[in-house]
Amino acid sequence: MANVISDETMEYVGILAKLELTGEEKENARKDLEKMLDYVDKLNELDVSGVEPMSHIFPVNNVFREDEVTNGDGSKDTMANAPAQKDNQFIVPKTIG
Amino acid sequence: MDILNLTAVSLGEKIKAKEVSVKEATKACLGQIEKQDKTLNSFITVEPEKALEQAEKVQQKIDAGELTGPLAGVPVAVKDNMLVKGGLTTCASHILDHFHPAFSSTAVEKLQAAGAVILGKTNMDEFAMGSTTETSYFGPTRNPWNTEHVPGGSSGGSCAAVASGEAIYALGSDTGGSIRQPSSFCGVTGIKPTYGTVSRYGLVAYGSSLDQIGPIAKDVRDCATVLETIAGYDPKDSTSVKRDDYGFTKALTGSAKGLRIGIPEEYFGEGLDPEVKKSILDAAEALKAQGAEVSYFHLPLVEYAIPAYYIIACAEASSNLERFDGVKYGYRTKEYEGLHNMYKKTRSEGFGAEVKRRIILGSFVLSSGYYDAYYLKALRVKALIKKAFDEAFEKYDVILAPASPTTAPKLGESLSDPIQMYLGDIYTISVNLCGLPGITVPCGMDSKGLPIGVQFIGNVFREDHILQAGYAYEQTRTMEICPLCR
Repeated sequence: MANVISDETMEYVGILAKLELTGEEKENARKDLEKMLDYVDKLNELDVSGVEPMSHIFPVNNVFREDEVTNGDGSKDTMANAPAQKDNQFIVPKTIG
Repeated sequence: MDILNLTAVSLGEKIKAKEVSVKEATKACLGQIEKQDKTLNSFITVEPEKALEQAEKVQQKIDAGELTGPLAGVPVAVKDNMLVKGGLTTCASHILDHFHPAFSSTAVEKLQAAGAVILGKTNMDEFAMGSTTETSYFGPTRNPWNTEHVPGGSSGGSCAAVASGEAIYALGSDTGGSIRQPSSFCGVTGIKPTYGTVSRYGLVAYGSSLDQIGPIAKDVRDCATVLETIAGYDPKDSTSVKRDDYGFTKALTGSAKGLRIGIPEEYFGEGLDPEVKKSILDAAEALKAQGAEVSYFHLPLVEYAIPAYYIIACAEASSNLERFDGVKYGYRTKEYEGLHNMYKKTRSEGFGAEVKRRIILGSFVLSSGYYDAYYLKALRVKALIKKAFDEAFEKYDVILAPASPTTAPKLGESLSDPIQMYLGDIYTISVNLCGLPGITVPCGMDSKGLPIGVQFIGNVFREDHILQAGYAYEQTRTMEICPLCR
Protein backbone atom coordinates (compact mmCIF):
# COMPACT_ATOMS: atom_id res chain seq x y z
CA MET A 1 0.00 0.00 0.00
CA ALA A 2 1.39 3.37 -0.96
CA ASN A 3 2.17 5.64 1.96
CA VAL A 4 0.85 9.20 1.89
CA ILE A 5 2.45 11.74 4.19
CA SER A 6 0.21 14.69 5.11
CA ASP A 7 1.33 18.34 5.38
CA GLU A 8 0.88 18.12 9.13
CA THR A 9 3.14 15.08 9.41
CA MET A 10 5.82 16.75 7.25
CA GLU A 11 5.61 19.81 9.46
CA TYR A 12 5.93 17.66 12.59
CA VAL A 13 8.91 15.70 11.21
CA GLY A 14 10.55 19.04 10.31
CA ILE A 15 10.22 20.11 13.95
CA LEU A 16 11.67 16.82 15.23
CA ALA A 17 14.50 16.86 12.71
CA LYS A 18 15.15 20.59 13.28
CA LEU A 19 15.26 21.18 9.56
CA GLU A 20 13.70 24.06 7.64
CA LEU A 21 12.90 22.94 4.14
CA THR A 22 11.95 25.25 1.29
CA GLY A 23 8.84 24.48 -0.79
CA GLU A 24 10.59 22.36 -3.40
CA GLU A 25 12.86 20.69 -0.85
CA LYS A 26 9.84 19.82 1.26
CA GLU A 27 8.05 18.23 -1.69
CA ASN A 28 11.13 16.18 -2.57
CA ALA A 29 11.57 15.15 1.05
CA ARG A 30 7.94 14.07 1.19
CA LYS A 31 8.31 11.99 -1.98
CA ASP A 32 11.56 10.44 -0.72
CA LEU A 33 9.97 9.60 2.63
CA GLU A 34 6.88 8.08 0.99
CA LYS A 35 9.01 5.97 -1.35
CA MET A 36 11.27 4.81 1.46
CA LEU A 37 8.29 3.88 3.66
CA ASP A 38 6.75 1.94 0.77
CA TYR A 39 10.02 0.07 0.51
CA VAL A 40 10.59 -0.64 4.21
CA ASP A 41 6.97 -1.80 4.56
CA LYS A 42 8.37 -5.04 3.18
CA LEU A 43 9.08 -5.90 6.82
CA ASN A 44 5.31 -6.32 7.30
CA GLU A 45 5.56 -9.61 5.39
CA LEU A 46 7.25 -11.07 8.46
CA ASP A 47 5.48 -12.27 11.55
CA VAL A 48 7.56 -10.99 14.45
CA SER A 49 5.08 -11.61 17.25
CA GLY A 50 6.91 -12.93 20.28
CA VAL A 51 10.31 -11.76 19.00
CA GLU A 52 12.13 -9.45 21.41
CA PRO A 53 13.56 -6.29 19.81
CA MET A 54 17.37 -6.50 19.66
CA SER A 55 19.01 -3.10 20.05
CA HIS A 56 22.52 -4.41 20.66
CA ILE A 57 24.23 -7.66 19.72
CA PHE A 58 25.99 -7.92 23.07
CA PRO A 59 24.35 -7.15 26.40
CA VAL A 60 24.79 -3.45 27.14
CA ASN A 61 25.04 -2.45 30.77
CA ASN A 62 25.62 0.82 32.51
CA VAL A 63 29.34 1.40 32.89
CA PHE A 64 30.19 3.15 36.13
CA ARG A 65 33.43 4.72 37.28
CA GLU A 66 34.53 7.05 40.03
CA ASP A 67 33.97 10.67 39.13
CA GLU A 68 37.62 11.57 38.91
CA VAL A 69 39.04 14.04 36.44
CA THR A 70 41.52 12.29 34.16
CA ASN A 71 41.87 14.88 31.42
CA GLY A 72 43.20 18.38 31.84
CA ASP A 73 41.44 21.65 31.23
CA GLY A 74 40.42 21.60 27.58
CA SER A 75 38.36 24.75 27.64
CA LYS A 76 40.71 26.72 25.40
CA ASP A 77 40.60 24.10 22.63
CA THR A 78 36.85 23.71 23.07
CA MET A 79 36.13 27.43 22.92
CA ALA A 80 38.34 27.79 19.85
CA ASN A 81 35.59 26.00 17.90
CA ALA A 82 32.76 28.24 19.13
CA PRO A 83 30.85 29.92 16.28
CA ALA A 84 30.45 32.95 18.57
CA GLN A 85 31.93 33.56 22.01
CA LYS A 86 32.53 36.21 24.66
CA ASP A 87 34.53 35.95 27.89
CA ASN A 88 35.07 32.21 27.44
CA GLN A 89 31.34 31.59 27.04
CA PHE A 90 29.22 30.59 24.03
CA ILE A 91 27.03 33.35 22.62
CA VAL A 92 23.54 32.07 21.76
CA PRO A 93 20.31 33.79 20.78
CA LYS A 94 18.06 34.82 23.65
CA THR A 95 16.36 31.67 24.92
CA ILE A 96 13.86 33.05 27.45
CA GLY A 97 11.28 35.77 26.91
CA MET B 1 57.87 4.24 -7.37
CA ASP B 2 59.09 1.16 -5.51
CA ILE B 3 58.10 2.38 -2.04
CA LEU B 4 54.51 2.96 -3.14
CA ASN B 5 54.10 -0.68 -4.15
CA LEU B 6 55.27 -2.03 -0.80
CA THR B 7 52.88 -3.35 1.80
CA ALA B 8 52.93 -1.68 5.22
CA VAL B 9 54.67 -4.65 6.82
CA SER B 10 57.40 -4.87 4.17
CA LEU B 11 57.98 -1.10 4.23
CA GLY B 12 58.18 -1.32 8.04
CA GLU B 13 60.85 -4.02 7.69
CA LYS B 14 62.86 -1.91 5.25
CA ILE B 15 62.65 1.08 7.59
CA LYS B 16 63.83 -1.08 10.47
CA ALA B 17 66.72 -2.39 8.34
CA LYS B 18 67.60 1.23 7.40
CA GLU B 19 67.10 0.49 3.70
CA VAL B 20 64.48 3.24 3.57
CA SER B 21 64.20 6.24 5.90
CA VAL B 22 60.87 7.36 7.34
CA LYS B 23 61.32 10.66 5.52
CA GLU B 24 61.86 8.91 2.18
CA ALA B 25 58.71 6.86 2.71
CA THR B 26 56.71 9.94 3.72
CA LYS B 27 58.06 11.97 0.80
CA ALA B 28 57.19 9.18 -1.63
CA CYS B 29 53.55 9.26 -0.52
CA LEU B 30 53.42 13.07 -0.43
CA GLY B 31 54.87 13.11 -3.94
CA GLN B 32 52.22 10.72 -5.17
CA ILE B 33 49.50 12.83 -3.51
CA GLU B 34 50.91 15.93 -5.23
CA LYS B 35 50.87 14.11 -8.56
CA GLN B 36 47.52 12.30 -8.35
CA ASP B 37 45.21 14.01 -5.93
CA LYS B 38 44.12 16.89 -8.15
CA THR B 39 42.36 14.21 -10.16
CA LEU B 40 41.53 11.62 -7.50
CA ASN B 41 40.52 13.94 -4.63
CA SER B 42 41.16 11.16 -2.09
CA PHE B 43 42.12 13.69 0.56
CA ILE B 44 40.23 16.52 2.22
CA THR B 45 43.28 17.68 4.17
CA VAL B 46 46.97 16.99 3.51
CA GLU B 47 49.60 18.58 5.71
CA PRO B 48 53.04 17.84 4.23
CA GLU B 49 55.08 19.86 6.75
CA LYS B 50 53.38 18.18 9.69
CA ALA B 51 53.88 14.75 8.12
CA LEU B 52 57.59 15.41 7.58
CA GLU B 53 57.93 16.68 11.15
CA GLN B 54 56.32 13.47 12.42
CA ALA B 55 58.62 11.46 10.14
CA GLU B 56 61.66 13.04 11.73
CA LYS B 57 60.45 12.36 15.28
CA VAL B 58 59.51 8.78 14.48
CA GLN B 59 62.89 8.19 12.83
CA GLN B 60 64.65 9.39 15.98
CA LYS B 61 62.60 7.02 18.12
CA ILE B 62 63.31 4.11 15.77
CA ASP B 63 67.03 4.91 15.81
CA ALA B 64 66.92 5.11 19.62
CA GLY B 65 65.28 1.70 19.76
CA GLU B 66 62.11 3.13 21.32
CA LEU B 67 59.88 2.16 18.39
CA THR B 68 60.25 -1.43 17.26
CA GLY B 69 56.77 -2.39 16.04
CA PRO B 70 55.95 -3.45 12.46
CA LEU B 71 54.22 -0.16 11.56
CA ALA B 72 56.87 2.23 12.86
CA GLY B 73 57.54 4.92 10.28
CA VAL B 74 54.91 3.75 7.80
CA PRO B 75 52.73 6.57 6.36
CA VAL B 76 48.97 6.26 6.85
CA ALA B 77 45.83 8.12 5.77
CA VAL B 78 42.89 8.55 8.15
CA LYS B 79 39.23 8.86 7.16
CA ASP B 80 37.94 12.31 7.99
CA ASN B 81 35.36 11.12 10.51
CA MET B 82 38.07 10.17 13.02
CA LEU B 83 39.29 12.97 15.23
CA VAL B 84 42.97 13.87 14.96
CA LYS B 85 44.01 16.70 17.25
CA GLY B 86 45.98 19.48 15.66
CA GLY B 87 44.13 19.68 12.34
CA LEU B 88 40.71 19.70 10.72
CA THR B 89 38.10 16.94 11.01
CA THR B 90 35.18 17.68 8.69
CA CYS B 91 33.21 14.46 8.11
CA ALA B 92 33.06 15.82 4.53
CA SER B 93 30.34 18.19 5.69
CA HIS B 94 29.84 21.95 5.43
CA ILE B 95 28.60 21.91 9.02
CA LEU B 96 32.07 20.84 10.27
CA ASP B 97 34.27 22.37 7.59
CA HIS B 98 36.24 24.46 10.12
CA PHE B 99 36.19 22.03 13.06
CA HIS B 100 39.43 21.49 15.03
CA PRO B 101 38.90 18.62 17.48
CA ALA B 102 40.18 19.08 21.03
CA PHE B 103 41.27 15.43 21.29
CA SER B 104 42.18 12.45 19.08
CA SER B 105 40.32 9.20 18.56
CA THR B 106 41.64 6.15 20.41
CA ALA B 107 42.40 4.28 17.15
CA VAL B 108 44.51 7.20 15.90
CA GLU B 109 46.34 7.52 19.23
CA LYS B 110 47.19 3.82 19.10
CA LEU B 111 48.58 4.20 15.57
CA GLN B 112 50.61 7.22 16.62
CA ALA B 113 51.99 5.31 19.60
CA ALA B 114 53.07 2.59 17.14
CA GLY B 115 54.99 5.16 15.09
CA ALA B 116 52.57 5.86 12.25
CA VAL B 117 53.10 9.00 10.17
CA ILE B 118 49.74 10.59 9.43
CA LEU B 119 49.66 12.07 5.93
CA GLY B 120 46.20 13.60 6.05
CA LYS B 121 42.46 13.06 6.26
CA THR B 122 40.58 11.26 3.52
CA ASN B 123 37.42 12.09 1.65
CA MET B 124 34.18 10.24 2.35
CA ASP B 125 30.46 10.46 1.90
CA GLU B 126 29.12 13.22 4.16
CA PHE B 127 28.90 11.74 7.68
CA ALA B 128 29.59 8.34 6.05
CA MET B 129 26.12 8.36 4.47
CA GLY B 130 26.50 7.03 0.97
CA SER B 131 28.00 4.28 -1.16
CA THR B 132 30.01 6.29 -3.69
CA THR B 133 31.89 9.17 -1.94
CA GLU B 134 29.82 11.51 -4.11
CA THR B 135 27.88 13.08 -1.23
CA SER B 136 31.05 14.77 0.12
CA TYR B 137 30.83 18.55 0.53
CA PHE B 138 34.34 18.63 -0.96
CA GLY B 139 33.42 16.92 -4.22
CA PRO B 140 33.65 13.26 -5.22
CA THR B 141 36.72 11.01 -5.09
CA ARG B 142 37.55 9.18 -8.31
CA ASN B 143 38.47 5.53 -8.72
CA PRO B 144 42.22 5.15 -9.38
CA TRP B 145 41.61 2.25 -11.78
CA ASN B 146 39.38 4.39 -13.99
CA THR B 147 38.69 7.97 -13.02
CA GLU B 148 35.30 7.96 -14.77
CA HIS B 149 34.12 5.64 -12.00
CA VAL B 150 33.41 6.08 -8.28
CA PRO B 151 35.67 4.50 -5.66
CA GLY B 152 32.67 3.26 -3.66
CA GLY B 153 31.87 4.54 -0.22
CA SER B 154 31.72 5.76 2.26
CA SER B 155 35.47 5.20 2.90
CA GLY B 156 36.16 5.94 -0.79
CA GLY B 157 38.99 8.39 -0.09
CA SER B 158 40.87 5.90 2.11
CA CYS B 159 40.50 3.09 -0.44
CA ALA B 160 41.48 5.25 -3.42
CA ALA B 161 44.52 6.53 -1.47
CA VAL B 162 45.73 2.99 -0.75
CA ALA B 163 45.06 1.75 -4.29
CA SER B 164 46.95 4.67 -5.86
CA GLY B 165 49.92 4.59 -3.48
CA GLU B 166 49.06 7.98 -1.98
CA ALA B 167 49.15 6.15 1.36
CA ILE B 168 50.62 2.79 2.34
CA TYR B 169 47.54 1.93 4.37
CA ALA B 170 44.53 3.73 5.79
CA LEU B 171 41.83 3.69 8.42
CA GLY B 172 38.20 3.52 7.37
CA SER B 173 34.91 3.07 9.15
CA ASP B 174 32.12 0.63 8.31
CA THR B 175 28.45 1.11 9.28
CA GLY B 176 26.82 -0.83 6.42
CA GLY B 177 29.75 -1.83 4.22
CA SER B 178 31.75 1.39 4.08
CA ILE B 179 35.13 -0.38 4.33
CA ARG B 180 34.32 -3.59 2.45
CA GLN B 181 32.47 -2.21 -0.59
CA PRO B 182 34.98 0.53 -1.56
CA SER B 183 37.82 -1.95 -0.91
CA SER B 184 36.19 -4.19 -3.51
CA PHE B 185 35.75 -1.28 -5.99
CA CYS B 186 39.38 -0.13 -5.55
CA GLY B 187 41.10 -3.53 -5.51
CA VAL B 188 42.38 -3.27 -1.93
CA THR B 189 41.85 -5.31 1.23
CA GLY B 190 39.67 -4.03 4.06
CA ILE B 191 38.35 -5.55 7.26
CA LYS B 192 35.47 -4.60 9.51
CA PRO B 193 36.09 -6.23 12.88
CA THR B 194 33.55 -7.64 15.33
CA TYR B 195 31.52 -4.83 16.92
CA GLY B 196 33.30 -3.56 20.03
CA THR B 197 36.79 -4.66 18.96
CA VAL B 198 38.13 -1.20 17.99
CA SER B 199 37.17 1.73 20.19
CA ARG B 200 34.66 4.16 18.71
CA TYR B 201 35.96 6.97 20.95
CA GLY B 202 36.63 9.92 18.68
CA LEU B 203 34.81 8.42 15.68
CA VAL B 204 32.01 10.82 14.72
CA ALA B 205 28.92 8.68 15.26
CA TYR B 206 26.56 7.73 12.43
CA GLY B 207 24.79 4.55 13.59
CA SER B 208 26.31 3.82 16.98
CA SER B 209 25.17 0.19 17.22
CA LEU B 210 26.66 -0.50 13.77
CA ASP B 211 29.82 1.65 13.43
CA GLN B 212 33.26 0.05 13.56
CA ILE B 213 36.70 1.37 12.57
CA GLY B 214 38.92 -0.93 10.53
CA PRO B 215 42.09 -1.06 8.40
CA ILE B 216 42.33 -0.74 4.62
CA ALA B 217 45.57 -1.99 3.07
CA LYS B 218 47.18 -3.85 0.19
CA ASP B 219 46.92 -7.33 1.66
CA VAL B 220 45.57 -9.50 4.47
CA ARG B 221 48.78 -9.47 6.52
CA ASP B 222 48.72 -5.67 6.61
CA CYS B 223 45.07 -5.69 7.71
CA ALA B 224 45.77 -8.19 10.51
CA THR B 225 48.83 -6.22 11.65
CA VAL B 226 47.02 -2.87 11.70
CA LEU B 227 44.01 -4.42 13.45
CA GLU B 228 46.31 -5.86 16.10
CA THR B 229 47.61 -2.32 16.67
CA ILE B 230 44.29 -0.45 16.90
CA ALA B 231 42.12 -3.07 18.66
CA GLY B 232 41.65 -3.24 22.42
CA TYR B 233 39.29 -2.52 25.27
CA ASP B 234 38.73 1.20 25.86
CA PRO B 235 36.92 2.51 28.94
CA LYS B 236 36.05 5.61 26.89
CA ASP B 237 33.71 3.54 24.65
CA SER B 238 30.86 2.02 26.65
CA THR B 239 30.29 -0.66 23.98
CA SER B 240 33.97 -1.66 23.84
CA VAL B 241 34.42 -5.39 24.45
CA LYS B 242 37.19 -7.03 26.50
CA ARG B 243 38.40 -9.83 24.25
CA ASP B 244 40.58 -12.71 25.37
CA ASP B 245 42.89 -12.55 22.40
CA TYR B 246 43.97 -9.77 20.06
CA GLY B 247 46.64 -11.76 18.24
CA PHE B 248 45.14 -11.49 14.77
CA THR B 249 48.34 -12.20 12.82
CA LYS B 250 48.48 -15.70 14.34
CA ALA B 251 45.64 -16.68 12.02
CA LEU B 252 47.80 -16.23 8.90
CA THR B 253 48.79 -19.85 8.50
CA GLY B 254 48.70 -20.00 4.72
CA SER B 255 46.46 -23.04 4.76
CA ALA B 256 42.71 -23.33 4.33
CA LYS B 257 42.68 -26.99 5.25
CA GLY B 258 39.61 -28.00 7.20
CA LEU B 259 37.94 -24.54 7.04
CA ARG B 260 34.20 -25.00 6.59
CA ILE B 261 33.07 -22.43 4.04
CA GLY B 262 29.38 -21.85 3.28
CA ILE B 263 28.03 -20.08 0.22
CA PRO B 264 24.51 -18.66 0.66
CA GLU B 265 22.41 -19.54 -2.42
CA GLU B 266 20.42 -16.36 -1.88
CA TYR B 267 23.51 -14.21 -2.52
CA PHE B 268 24.03 -15.59 -6.01
CA GLY B 269 20.62 -15.02 -7.60
CA GLU B 270 19.08 -12.10 -9.46
CA GLY B 271 20.87 -8.77 -9.48
CA LEU B 272 24.41 -10.14 -9.24
CA ASP B 273 26.59 -9.20 -12.19
CA PRO B 274 27.67 -12.41 -14.03
CA GLU B 275 31.34 -11.39 -14.14
CA VAL B 276 31.35 -10.69 -10.39
CA LYS B 277 29.57 -13.99 -9.77
CA LYS B 278 32.12 -15.95 -11.76
CA SER B 279 35.05 -14.29 -10.03
CA ILE B 280 33.63 -14.96 -6.54
CA LEU B 281 32.86 -18.59 -7.33
CA ASP B 282 36.37 -19.02 -8.77
CA ALA B 283 37.68 -17.82 -5.40
CA ALA B 284 35.57 -20.51 -3.71
CA GLU B 285 37.09 -23.12 -6.03
CA ALA B 286 40.61 -21.89 -5.26
CA LEU B 287 39.95 -22.32 -1.53
CA LYS B 288 38.52 -25.77 -2.14
CA ALA B 289 41.75 -26.68 -3.91
CA GLN B 290 43.56 -25.46 -0.78
CA GLY B 291 41.69 -27.98 1.33
CA ALA B 292 38.66 -26.00 2.49
CA GLU B 293 35.28 -27.73 2.68
CA VAL B 294 32.99 -25.62 0.51
CA SER B 295 29.23 -26.08 0.23
CA TYR B 296 26.06 -24.16 -0.54
CA PHE B 297 23.33 -23.47 2.01
CA HIS B 298 20.15 -21.46 2.44
CA LEU B 299 20.42 -18.20 4.38
CA PRO B 300 16.90 -16.96 5.07
CA LEU B 301 15.66 -13.35 5.40
CA VAL B 302 18.32 -11.83 3.11
CA GLU B 303 15.84 -9.43 1.49
CA TYR B 304 14.76 -8.00 4.85
CA ALA B 305 18.22 -6.85 5.91
CA ILE B 306 18.23 -3.62 3.87
CA PRO B 307 14.86 -2.26 5.07
CA ALA B 308 15.69 -3.18 8.68
CA TYR B 309 19.12 -1.58 8.36
CA TYR B 310 17.91 1.72 6.91
CA ILE B 311 15.30 2.13 9.65
CA ILE B 312 17.84 1.43 12.41
CA ALA B 313 20.74 3.36 10.89
CA CYS B 314 18.62 6.43 10.09
CA ALA B 315 16.98 6.36 13.53
CA GLU B 316 20.39 6.34 15.20
CA ALA B 317 21.71 8.97 12.78
CA SER B 318 18.83 11.35 13.46
CA SER B 319 19.60 11.09 17.15
CA ASN B 320 23.41 11.28 16.80
CA LEU B 321 23.31 14.28 14.48
CA GLU B 322 21.14 16.33 16.86
CA ARG B 323 24.39 17.65 18.34
CA PHE B 324 25.10 19.72 15.23
CA ASP B 325 23.12 22.79 16.18
CA GLY B 326 25.50 25.69 15.62
CA VAL B 327 25.96 26.41 19.34
CA LYS B 328 29.27 24.99 20.54
CA TYR B 329 31.13 24.14 17.33
CA GLY B 330 30.70 23.87 13.62
CA TYR B 331 28.89 26.10 11.16
CA ARG B 332 26.29 28.62 12.36
CA THR B 333 23.92 30.36 9.94
CA LYS B 334 24.55 34.06 9.46
CA GLU B 335 21.05 35.46 9.97
CA TYR B 336 18.36 34.10 12.23
CA GLU B 337 15.45 35.04 14.44
CA GLY B 338 15.66 33.34 17.81
CA LEU B 339 17.08 30.04 18.96
CA HIS B 340 14.91 27.54 17.10
CA ASN B 341 15.21 29.40 13.84
CA MET B 342 19.00 29.36 14.31
CA TYR B 343 19.00 25.60 14.87
CA LYS B 344 16.86 24.96 11.82
CA LYS B 345 18.66 27.32 9.45
CA THR B 346 22.09 26.14 10.62
CA ARG B 347 21.22 22.50 10.02
CA SER B 348 19.37 23.08 6.74
CA GLU B 349 22.32 25.03 5.32
CA GLY B 350 25.00 22.84 6.93
CA PHE B 351 23.83 19.35 5.93
CA GLY B 352 23.71 17.97 2.38
CA ALA B 353 20.73 16.27 0.72
CA GLU B 354 21.51 12.64 1.63
CA VAL B 355 22.14 13.50 5.29
CA LYS B 356 18.84 15.40 5.48
CA ARG B 357 17.03 12.51 3.80
CA ARG B 358 18.29 10.10 6.46
CA ILE B 359 17.60 12.47 9.37
CA ILE B 360 14.03 12.92 8.14
CA LEU B 361 13.43 9.17 7.82
CA GLY B 362 15.06 8.58 11.21
CA SER B 363 13.00 11.29 12.90
CA PHE B 364 9.83 9.82 11.38
CA VAL B 365 10.44 6.21 12.44
CA LEU B 366 11.22 7.33 16.01
CA SER B 367 8.20 9.65 16.32
CA SER B 368 5.33 8.71 18.58
CA GLY B 369 2.73 6.78 16.63
CA TYR B 370 5.31 5.24 14.28
CA TYR B 371 7.97 4.03 16.71
CA ASP B 372 6.46 0.56 17.24
CA ALA B 373 5.50 0.02 13.61
CA TYR B 374 8.90 0.92 12.21
CA TYR B 375 11.74 1.16 14.72
CA LEU B 376 10.76 -1.65 17.10
CA LYS B 377 9.72 -3.81 14.17
CA ALA B 378 13.15 -3.36 12.59
CA LEU B 379 14.82 -4.35 15.86
CA ARG B 380 12.69 -7.51 15.96
CA VAL B 381 13.66 -8.35 12.38
CA LYS B 382 17.30 -7.75 13.33
CA ALA B 383 16.90 -10.42 16.04
CA LEU B 384 15.58 -12.86 13.40
CA ILE B 385 18.46 -12.09 11.02
CA LYS B 386 20.96 -12.60 13.85
CA LYS B 387 19.38 -15.98 14.58
CA ALA B 388 19.73 -16.99 10.92
CA PHE B 389 23.46 -16.17 11.02
CA ASP B 390 23.88 -17.96 14.37
CA GLU B 391 22.44 -21.08 12.76
CA ALA B 392 24.70 -20.74 9.72
CA PHE B 393 27.78 -20.47 11.96
CA GLU B 394 26.87 -23.73 13.66
CA LYS B 395 27.71 -25.39 10.35
CA TYR B 396 30.33 -23.07 8.86
CA ASP B 397 33.44 -21.18 9.94
CA VAL B 398 33.25 -18.70 7.08
CA ILE B 399 30.49 -17.39 4.82
CA LEU B 400 31.76 -16.52 1.35
CA ALA B 401 29.95 -13.70 -0.46
CA PRO B 402 30.36 -10.88 -2.95
CA ALA B 403 31.03 -7.43 -1.48
CA SER B 404 28.79 -5.69 -4.01
CA PRO B 405 26.47 -6.84 -6.82
CA THR B 406 28.52 -4.96 -9.43
CA THR B 407 31.92 -3.35 -9.94
CA ALA B 408 32.25 0.42 -9.47
CA PRO B 409 29.54 2.43 -11.27
CA LYS B 410 30.33 5.61 -13.20
CA LEU B 411 30.23 8.94 -11.41
CA GLY B 412 26.77 10.46 -11.41
CA GLU B 413 24.88 7.20 -11.95
CA SER B 414 23.92 6.41 -8.37
CA LEU B 415 22.54 9.40 -6.47
CA SER B 416 19.37 10.01 -8.47
CA ASP B 417 17.66 6.90 -7.11
CA PRO B 418 18.50 6.45 -3.42
CA ILE B 419 16.64 3.16 -2.97
CA GLN B 420 18.47 1.64 -5.93
CA MET B 421 21.75 2.75 -4.30
CA TYR B 422 20.73 1.25 -0.96
CA LEU B 423 20.03 -2.11 -2.67
CA GLY B 424 23.73 -2.32 -3.53
CA ASP B 425 24.42 -2.85 0.19
CA ILE B 426 22.74 -6.26 0.18
CA TYR B 427 25.90 -8.30 0.85
CA THR B 428 27.51 -6.05 3.44
CA ILE B 429 24.69 -4.76 5.61
CA SER B 430 23.76 -7.91 7.59
CA VAL B 431 27.32 -8.09 8.89
CA ASN B 432 26.80 -4.74 10.67
CA LEU B 433 23.32 -5.63 11.91
CA CYS B 434 24.73 -8.78 13.50
CA GLY B 435 28.05 -7.30 14.72
CA LEU B 436 30.05 -9.81 12.64
CA PRO B 437 33.56 -9.43 11.23
CA GLY B 438 33.95 -9.27 7.44
CA ILE B 439 36.93 -8.85 5.12
CA THR B 440 37.10 -8.02 1.41
CA VAL B 441 40.04 -9.39 -0.60
CA PRO B 442 40.66 -8.63 -4.31
CA CYS B 443 39.71 -11.60 -6.49
CA GLY B 444 39.84 -10.41 -10.09
CA MET B 445 38.96 -7.80 -12.68
CA ASP B 446 35.92 -7.38 -14.89
CA SER B 447 36.09 -6.83 -18.65
CA LYS B 448 36.09 -3.04 -18.09
CA GLY B 449 39.29 -3.33 -16.07
CA LEU B 450 37.62 -2.66 -12.71
CA PRO B 451 38.48 -4.66 -9.58
CA ILE B 452 36.24 -7.28 -7.97
CA GLY B 453 36.48 -8.27 -4.30
CA VAL B 454 35.37 -11.40 -2.45
CA GLN B 455 34.02 -11.06 1.07
CA PHE B 456 34.62 -13.51 3.90
CA ILE B 457 32.23 -13.22 6.85
CA GLY B 458 32.92 -14.83 10.24
CA ASN B 459 31.07 -15.36 13.48
CA VAL B 460 31.53 -12.76 16.23
CA PHE B 461 35.09 -12.81 17.62
CA ARG B 462 36.21 -15.16 14.83
CA GLU B 463 38.39 -12.79 12.82
CA ASP B 464 40.88 -15.67 12.87
CA HIS B 465 38.69 -17.67 10.48
CA ILE B 466 38.21 -14.92 7.91
CA LEU B 467 41.86 -13.83 8.11
CA GLN B 468 42.92 -17.43 7.61
CA ALA B 469 40.60 -17.82 4.61
CA GLY B 470 41.59 -14.45 3.12
CA TYR B 471 45.30 -15.06 3.56
CA ALA B 472 45.17 -18.60 2.17
CA TYR B 473 43.19 -17.34 -0.82
CA GLU B 474 45.61 -14.47 -1.41
CA GLN B 475 48.50 -16.94 -1.69
CA THR B 476 46.82 -18.54 -4.71
CA ARG B 477 47.00 -15.49 -6.95
CA THR B 478 49.05 -12.52 -8.06
CA MET B 479 47.58 -9.19 -7.07
CA GLU B 480 46.87 -6.70 -9.83
CA ILE B 481 48.72 -3.39 -9.50
CA CYS B 482 46.78 -0.19 -10.08
CA PRO B 483 47.93 1.71 -13.22
CA LEU B 484 48.75 4.80 -11.12
CA CYS B 485 51.27 2.76 -9.12
CA ARG B 486 53.09 1.17 -12.04
